[in-house]
This record gives sequence, C-alpha cells and structure tokens, in this order.
Amino acid sequence: MGYPHKSHPKETVVLSQYFGDADARTFKGWTKRGGYEALAQSLKLDPVAVTDVVKESGLRGRGGAGFPTGLKWSFMPKEKKRPHYLCVNADESEPGTFKDREIMRWTPHALLEGTAIAAHAIRAEVAYIYIRGEFTEPWTIMERALAEANAADVFGDITIHLHRGAGAYICGEETALMNSIEGKRGNPRIKPPFPAAAGLFGLPTTINNVETLAAVPHIIKRGAAWYKALSLSNPKSTGTKLFSVCGHVQRPGNYEVTMGFPLKDLLYDMCGGPPPGRTFKACIPGGSSVPILTREETDACLLDYEGVVASGSMLGSGGVIVFDDSADMVYQIMRLARFYAHESCAQCTQCREGTAWTTKIMERILAGQGKPTDLDLLLDLSENMTGKTICVLSDSCAAPIVSGIKKFRGEFEAYLAGKRQPVMVG
Amino acid sequence: MTVQEDYQPVFTGRVLEELQTVLQRYPNKQAALLPALWLAQREHGWISDRIMAEVAEVLGLTPAYVKGVVTFYTMYHQHPVGKNFVQVCTTSPCNICGAEEVLKALLAQSGAGDAGATSPDGKWTIVEVECLGACGFATPVLVNDDFVENVTPDKVADLVRKYR
Repeated sequence: MGYPHKSHPKETVVLSQYFGDADARTFKGWTKRGGYEALAQSLKLDPVAVTDVVKESGLRGRGGAGFPTGLKWSFMPKEKKRPHYLCVNADESEPGTFKDREIMRWTPHALLEGTAIAAHAIRAEVAYIYIRGEFTEPWTIMERALAEANAADVFGDITIHLHRGAGAYICGEETALMNSIEGKRGNPRIKPPFPAAAGLFGLPTTINNVETLAAVPHIIKRGAAWYKALSLSNPKSTGTKLFSVCGHVQRPGNYEVTMGFPLKDLLYDMCGGPPPGRTFKACIPGGSSVPILTREETDACLLDYEGVVASGSMLGSGGVIVFDDSADMVYQIMRLARFYAHESCAQCTQCREGTAWTTKIMERILAGQGKPTDLDLLLDLSENMTGKTICVLSDSCAAPIVSGIKKFRGEFEAYLAGKRQPVMVG
Repeated sequence: MTVQEDYQPVFTGRVLEELQTVLQRYPNKQAALLPALWLAQREHGWISDRIMAEVAEVLGLTPAYVKGVVTFYTMYHQHPVGKNFVQVCTTSPCNICGAEEVLKALLAQSGAGDAGATSPDGKWTIVEVECLGACGFATPVLVNDDFVENVTPDKVADLVRKYR
C-alpha cells in the first residue's frame, strides 16, 4: 500500500494488513488480532510436522534467492547433538528494497512469532535477529516488542536476541552476517560447508529473511492449501509478496500482491504510473542486483520467480526501481556500480578490482573522456565478475552493467561520440 | 592528523553493567564486539585508538583485531564528528528523485561545507551514504538516530533549524 496506509483493491493483504495501525504494534494489540496463536499451535506440534506444513505451502525465501523455506529447514540435522541456531536476516540493504523495514515498524510481533516458530521447527534454542545499524526506528520498535513478548513468556524454551549491524551491505549475505554476529569483519565464507552443517559459531544454523518468517504464522494458522491457492497460476511461486516500489512513480510504497501479478498493473494501477508528462523508460524489478528491464519487457512481466526470469531478470527481493524518460541510465548504472564498489568486502580480486574499475570507466564515459573500446571493456570485466567469487556481490554489480549496455547502448554511445553534454561526476 | 582527545575509560559503572548484560547473549566474548563498540561510541562519541584498546582489553582481543573490525564497518566513527551526524542517501533510487540536490542544500545551509567535513561551529558533519533502505521515501536522511523521510531541498531549511 502507498502512503498514507490504505490498501489498493487489487492488493491481497496478508502481511501488510496492519501496516499503519499503531495498536497492532503492541503485544496486547497483536494478541487481540489473533497473534501468537500460531506459535502456541506450533509449539504443541513436532518440529517435523511444522516443517512439513511450510514445505507443503510452497513458501520460498523472500530475501532474494527464492529457496524453498521448508526444504531449507529440513537440512538441519535430524538428531540434535550440538546447539542449533536461527539467524534472521533483517539487514535489508538492497537498493530499492524497504519491505522488511515496514514489517518491523508495524508488525514486530509477526516477525517475532515467525522467528519462534522457525526456531522450534529447526530445534534451535537461540535466534539472533540481525538488524542493519541504520534502522534506528525499527530497532526501537523490535526491542520494545521483544521485551513485551518476553514478559508474557510466549516463546517457551526459545530465546530471541537482537543484534545491531554497523553499516555494511555485505552483511546481508548469509555467511557474512554470521561472521558479523561472531564479532568479525563481515566477510562471506566459502561454501560448503553450508550453514545447516556449520553456520553461526560453527554450529548447525538456518537463516531466513524477515518477510519469509512473517508469512509463517499465517501459513500455520490458515493452512498450506490456503497459502498455495494464493498463487495466480504458477504452483512453483505461491502466496503473497511485498513489492517495494520506488523511483519515478506517483505513489511509491509497499504493495502486497499474489505471486504472478502483472508488473504493469502494479506500476500503473497501484503506483499511479509515471509522474505527469513523463513515460517509463526502464525498471529493475528485484532490487539493484538484477538485470534491468526495458519498458516493453516490464509491460509483459509477471511477478513470480519464474515469470520475472522469463522476462529476462529476477524477482530478487521485490525491490522495484522505476526510471522514467528523464533518467540518465549511464549515470544511474554508474551509481549502482559505485554502490557495489563501496560495499565490496574486498576478499576476491574480481570483485574488489572489478567493481571499482567498472565504476571508474563509467565515470570517464560520463565526463566525456570515454574510449571507443570502453563498452567492450565493461562487458569483458563483467564476464570476469560473474560466477567467479565467494559470494554474488560481484555478479550483482555486473548484472545492471551488462543489461544496461545491452538495452540502453545508445545512451552510452551518445557520451562516447560527444553527442551528450558531459556530466561532472563527484 | 592528531586529534585532541579527552579520554576517560568507558567500561565502568553502569556502562560496564550494560556490557555484562550484552555478554550474556553470546557464547563467547568476541561476539559482543559490535555491541561493545556501539556502547563505546554512544559514550565517547567516536572510536579512537584508545577506545579500541579498551574494548580489546575487556573482551580479551587484541587492539589490532578490534581495529580490523572497526574499519570494516561504516557506522563507527574513526574521528570526532559534529553534534549532528547526518547521513544522506544518494544511491540510484533516491538519486533519480533528487537526492544530490538535498545533499547540496544540506551542506550549504548547515555550514558544513564539504561532505565528511565538520562545520567550524562543531555542529554538523554531513556525509553521503549508500542506500539507507527507505527508497520509497526519497530522500531519507538520518540525523543522529532520527530517521527523516521524504526530504526535498525546500524542506532542508526547517530541518537545519530544528537541529541547530
């Protein structure tokens, strides 16, 4: 829904039902709305039974990778010999994405409830919710909600802690996040071992995104069949998803729709289309790490994991960045590359050098000092930045560059040919 | 650059008690490093070499290890900052909505001059940051711990007045 909070008739409101409702933030208000019933129900069930319901629902990870949640939980050791951990990824930092922030601001207890259910399902006694350092308001709200829930003793034997990040996009990568909780630099780890075998403190760990966990109580309470039926057509992508829409639209905000919803309807009907007198030029549908779509591709795109892939991009985190005809794609792609250069942990050469080098090349193109070979060089570098590093930060930098050159080559060439006024790059 | 520093040990009394509470959340002392640095920054205003040494001491780490961690994260100040530490997002989604103009207006009207510098009266340090995670509220500006949404150049004067 846009702001002020009012849902659009085409939305399917599940997670966002209480956005804007301050009473739902409190423990009392949350229980009045049926909160913590799903947790009480789950704690009475065997962990395997809880996992099976989530498996059956088809819920997939909402952080970006889209991995089936129930399957991920089932990777945890069946026989518990050592402590198990749950990590909750609330390090939302993907440009274009601001849905987890909204979940924590308005429905902190939904996240806490989902966290406790997941911890029960994977037999973890301790869960850490890793909240990015800049989220001061969500932190305060989560802290208060946790204190209230603890006072009401709803979590059984499960303990939930909050852990504050300190400014590092890379800590949203699962193993970097674990290193960060351990008091280390947020460097991603080489996998395998995967977290279910050796995660936080070297022990079996599951990590889930905020939105994924916020959906879990609804699935437990209303059943896997109900959740599955929310898909518009594709049985591989079920349920609802929050799409954060930003950039050049009239009504930016978080809109919740069923999987398979047309991107065009989201942008025109819900978000009110482009600002007056403008037309859409491009759209990044899944956070800055995924390929850019042209207007034609955007118009034909269906919002589910497979649908966005078929359109030439990825669903990612559901952060939709919209560019109208006033946007300078060369400048904006340079800004995205600069973001990745700033956020690279610098372990891998391809990433450390590649993100900085591609930024520099685009800066010189913008300044009117580009060389005729620069576009080929950018593509060559991007190829060496894809699939060759410990994590996908480097790939994420390459995605907008490669798709940008492919789809908006004319804008790059205009700078190279001196047909466009050079831009001062600060 | 040598910085005048009025150093007092941070982890004493109430703050030490807070640290003890934090330590109970983790299976080892090292894991309390990020929270300990947050406490230290809250008390001292920034993370100096002496603070790093003290944090290292209380957590059984080496100062070099602590420095390695401090320098990895952007939110620990490695030098003193103004009374108002202001972070302005200028990443693409905010950028296309005019974030660079907001930054310029803030730098000019606060008297901070350059991004990253502190104003002569010590009141303002304004930095450009990458994505603050509030892209639908362009431009978000974080003033100390206050998250201000939908800042446009014409709202900057009021913002500066409020925090001056």
